[in-house]
Amino acid sequence: MIKMGTKVNLISGRTIVQGQNLDNKLSEAYFNEVATCELNESDMEKLGVAADGHVKVKTNYGEVVVKAKEKAGTPEGVIFIPMGPWANALVSGDTHGAGMPSFKGIDAEIEPTEEEVLQVKALMKTYME
Amino acid sequence: MVEITDVVCSLCGCVCDDIVVEVEDNKVTKVKKGACAVGKSKLMGHGRIEEPAIRENGNLKDCSYDEAIKKAAEILAASRRPLLYGWSSTVCEADKVGVELAEEIGAVIDNTASVCHGPSVLAIQDVGLPSCTLGEVKNRADLIIYWGANPAAAHANHMKRYSYISKGYWTEEGKKNKKLVVVDVRRTPTAKMADVFLQIEQGKDYLVFSALRALLYGYDDVVPEEVGGISKKDLLETVKMMKEAKFGIIFFGMGVTHTRGRHNNIVNAIETTRAAHTHTKFSIMPMRGHYNVAGINQVCTWETGFPFAVDLSRGYAWYNPGEISATDLLIRRECDAALIIASDPGAHFPGESIRHLSKIPVIQIDPFPNPTTEFADVVIPAAISGVEAEGNVYRMDNIPIRLRKLVDTEYLADEEIMKSILEEVRAIKEKEGE
Repeated sequence: MIKMGTKVNLISGRTIVQGQNLDNKLSEAYFNEVATCELNESDMEKLGVAADGHVKVKTNYGEVVVKAKEKAGTPEGVIFIPMGPWANALVSGDTHGAGMPSFKGIDAEIEPTEEEVLQVKALMKTYME
Repeated sequence: MVEITDVVCSLCGCVCDDIVVEVEDNKVTKVKKGACAVGKSKLMGHGRIEEPAIRENGNLKDCSYDEAIKKAAEILAASRRPLLYGWSSTVCEADKVGVELAEEIGAVIDNTASVCHGPSVLAIQDVGLPSCTLGEVKNRADLIIYWGANPAAAHANHMKRYSYISKGYWTEEGKKNKKLVVVDVRRTPTAKMADVFLQIEQGKDYLVFSALRALLYGYDDVVPEEVGGISKKDLLETVKMMKEAKFGIIFFGMGVTHTRGRHNNIVNAIETTRAAHTHTKFSIMPMRGHYNVAGINQVCTWETGFPFAVDLSRGYAWYNPGEISATDLLIRRECDAALIIASDPGAHFPGESIRHLSKIPVIQIDPFPNPTTEFADVVIPAAISGVEAEGNVYRMDNIPIRLRKLVDTEYLADEEIMKSILEEVRAIKEKEGE
């Protein structure tokens, strides 16, 4: 069963491999780690998406395609995208007068997709248009 | 082959200074001990920006250092609202020249605290910070609380060198006589090690701090059976551990600063620490990310009076995060040129802010190509601080440590590049004034 546009709470953060490739962001290793989205088993089932299946995540500020990863310990209704260009494509620049954008706790929708995950160079090009 | 001991890591705010590496043919060939997986990756190196370059007709074209520096100076001198951003992955000596340049051209100077612990800075300015050094934590702390922080991934040596696993003067048995509490939305690798894991509902940190404060002050009756997804039983158990500790410490991370409530969450975290003081010794510390983000806050404060988001366009320092912090400036499309040094807003700024940044002239100074390089107009390669260049940095507890130079390089250090740009800008201004 494929459920379209499931509402989720988006958070982001560091991972070891993301950190190891902080100075190596144009690499395959960085792409494989950071252009991903962690969900728990039950949300993966609800979405009808398999490991490494592509999902589209949308917020009021943007949308991005990433690979789904099952991760126990992620609460139901929460998705985690490692900090980086793919997570930030979904973040508002508004800081509510405090200087800090909301990088965590963003209302998002997620759905399975056949679309490709953009490489970092292609993702950056979308801003320059 | 030469073995170098007491190498200082230039990756995260832990600034580990007990690393041993092997150097052969002017290259770090092995990290023998001391560094975590992330620090090791930094020391061993990655692909570099090989040559200075200037963008022409959409493509970066190699040029000399002199040409790139001259172009950078022209862009900055002509800009009416320049932004100088980054400064956290370089040394204080380069940061100092950055502030001087900002003053010279009336720029906004901001650093990565803006998208990291900026809210912590605001909270500390509000209510102060009962903190300590990591040495004190190592030698005294028997209760470690990580809140919205995942050191197992982000500061992989933190527990081993300074907190839960470290062995100190009064903590000689390491974790045997210590307790670890982790508060997080996800069951992270750090959470898996905890004696008590409080799985908080996303965005409910303020409520849970408030509940702990009430319990620490003895107002058990006002706390409901569940707060932010955590049962009163677990909160009471945590408070019992806090009261019984000889020395407790709260380390907090982006889980609290990036989420709803921002600086208010940190104010409440600090007030929770104060509430614990009615029972025992307690301290609190932000888990600073970049190895010298604390350092640029120091330099910026002693040069301008303020730690980040400083506007020097008025001829005096103006500080108002939320108005002139980098992302705010970009979302309003206010700045017309930017110098980005030792940071990567292309990867770490909200998409909405990158949209403007990618369209204005951008000068990038960095050892490594990254998403910012994709839209930078002038790219200036730099020596890697802590590997190819030395200088002072501040650890997350504001202890200054000197980075060492391990190998020689032909790349210029950040400080030299900044001084050359400043000199060129002054020459342009002098010529204009004639």
